[in-house]
Amino acid sequence: MPQENILCGEFFMNGDTACAEGAISAGCRFFAGYPITPATEVAERMAERLPQLGGVFIQMEDEIASMNAILGASWAGVKAMTATSGPGFSLMMENLGLGVMLETPCVVVNVQRAGPSTGLPTFVAQGDMMQARWGAHGHYEIVALVPDSPQEMFDLTIVAFNLSEKYRIPVLLMADEAVGHMSEKVVIPRVTPEDLVDRPRPKVAPEEYLPYDSKKGLVPPMAIAGEGYRFHVTGLTHDDRGYPSMTAEAQDKLVRRLVDKIRLNAKDIIRYEEADVEDAEVIVVSYGISARIARYAAQQARDEGMRVGFLRLITVWPFADERIKELASKVKAFVVPEINYGQIVREVERCAAGKARARLVPHMGGGVHLPETILEAIREEVR
Amino acid sequence: MTKMVTVDENPIDSFIRVDRIPHIWCAGCGIGPATGCFIRAIGRAEINQDKISVVSGIGCTGRVAGYVKLDSFHTTHGRAIPFATGLKLGNPELNVVVFSGDGDLVAIGGNHLIHSARRNIDMTVICINNFNYGMTGGQMGATTPLDARSTTSPYGNFEYPFNLPYLVAASGATYVARWTVLHVRELEKSIAEALIKPGFSFIEVISPCPTVYGRQNKLPRGLDEMRSYQERSIIRDGADPKDAELSLDGLIVVGKFVDIDRPTLWDCYQQVLERARKQRKL
Repeated sequence: MPQENILCGEFFMNGDTACAEGAISAGCRFFAGYPITPATEVAERMAERLPQLGGVFIQMEDEIASMNAILGASWAGVKAMTATSGPGFSLMMENLGLGVMLETPCVVVNVQRAGPSTGLPTFVAQGDMMQARWGAHGHYEIVALVPDSPQEMFDLTIVAFNLSEKYRIPVLLMADEAVGHMSEKVVIPRVTPEDLVDRPRPKVAPEEYLPYDSKKGLVPPMAIAGEGYRFHVTGLTHDDRGYPSMTAEAQDKLVRRLVDKIRLNAKDIIRYEEADVEDAEVIVVSYGISARIARYAAQQARDEGMRVGFLRLITVWPFADERIKELASKVKAFVVPEINYGQIVREVERCAAGKARARLVPHMGGGVHLPETILEAIREEVR
Repeated sequence: MTKMVTVDENPIDSFIRVDRIPHIWCAGCGIGPATGCFIRAIGRAEINQDKISVVSGIGCTGRVAGYVKLDSFHTTHGRAIPFATGLKLGNPELNVVVFSGDGDLVAIGGNHLIHSARRNIDMTVICINNFNYGMTGGQMGATTPLDARSTTSPYGNFEYPFNLPYLVAASGATYVARWTVLHVRELEKSIAEALIKPGFSFIEVISPCPTVYGRQNKLPRGLDEMRSYQERSIIRDGADPKDAELSLDGLIVVGKFVDIDRPTLWDCYQQVLERARKQRKL
């Protein structure tokens, strides 16, 4: 494998490009996608770069096919990714669920634009946050990371691949148009094999192998096609052998494990950063591009003498329940700027559980908040 | 005096997940015989079984993946082909077979079918055509003949069906055949050819569905449908697929219609990369 083609150093690049480079550094060697603004640059970069690395890029006929193709590639043993935006993300939902059910490592990038429907294709929004959580049918848990810069488009794409391999799950990178299209300095480190995680692999002989061996813990070892394991996997509710099992008992056992492997590992998965929360009476909670403006507004409030803290969610799903609960008993209010009409604020409100107010600062999309809008909300909550 | 014989083993047992038998298919269904042809074709084609991956979608035929003792994937409705596309491109050494039904491959998954034929990806697609949605109880679909009865065409179907060999050949497939499950030997031979043929191979298998399609169309037993195949089938190897349209009770033209050579998706990809390397663009 021509490793010399992996970038290393300081670059000026946009977030979409940084995401593609992050995938390459993470070991991704398969990309299937369909053009869509504002995520197309991820596909374009992968189309250019993967052939340089012995990987495969394919433009599929739609996003349904793209999602399925990355699942197939993952079962062939290759780290795989797709990138899209709202309309394509909607089309991917059914097979995102298949990825969850088959326990298939892969990464799905959503560079969010304003909706509903075709909406504002070239403008920013954060309206798909709840779709990320609940978009596929049935009950499941998902992991979603939210970058706030081109640098994090790079960094979190690697984290996304590592989590997907560790837990055998599709991981969502919930970027937005602003972060995807802005260009900034991106530092690309030399990523070594020790920085990367590979899926657990079976150590038993094929005749002893069970594709969903629940005795092997929450994340069973994964065989790949062509190695002689002769395994079967299905989107139907299945038992440890991977065989369909149409009973409430099989459903109970399977769904609990699929959910628990994320819930019980939430501490390992959840990432956030904080500033000035110790003495804060109001905390601004935000994520993605909104967090960059929110951070500025929080600093302005500090400068005006208000005791204001800042918390940026890096992992949005699973939600940082424990931390918000802890903080809720210490503060008067949370101020939550997001580019939608109230999604993550509901999670904050749920965790605050009446101990602190949760104040939404909405933006319908098509632009970002003005710092003054957030600052005004902070002032009102401090008062 | 007749002697009672218990058969403990079948020659194809090593290809079957015997712990999953009995299967879910109805008496008189054609999917079992077609699966038998597929399994015998693997032996005939002498290919490494560990490198075969079977991908199915949803429906009665979608269950084939679950009964064959090979790497096998039971995916979502209509999406077996794009899943298989990822598998094949992820590991070009795999021999990827999509085994699914007409509703799955041609109606909900029709877009993927034509695009994979267009790309000429090296893959074998076996399409059981029983003219209706069997699993859900006998609704009309994209292959239901004009005038046929179904639970969603109770007065007769008023839509024209696809002519599958014509559709797939026009889209770029390099191997196209149609057989009925009555033609077991021809079907087995055809699948064996398709398995080793580079490029996109498509085999339509006309198959009885007595329980829901036959019952609604005056062919209530599997044997009735088989008899009708015997009476209506005509083998025309090399026939123009355009002339192989099916109707409710007209001729069933079967045979190998297309067997041509054209570089596969992978060949084309490698050629393009090679050229780029020579031009020092890669």
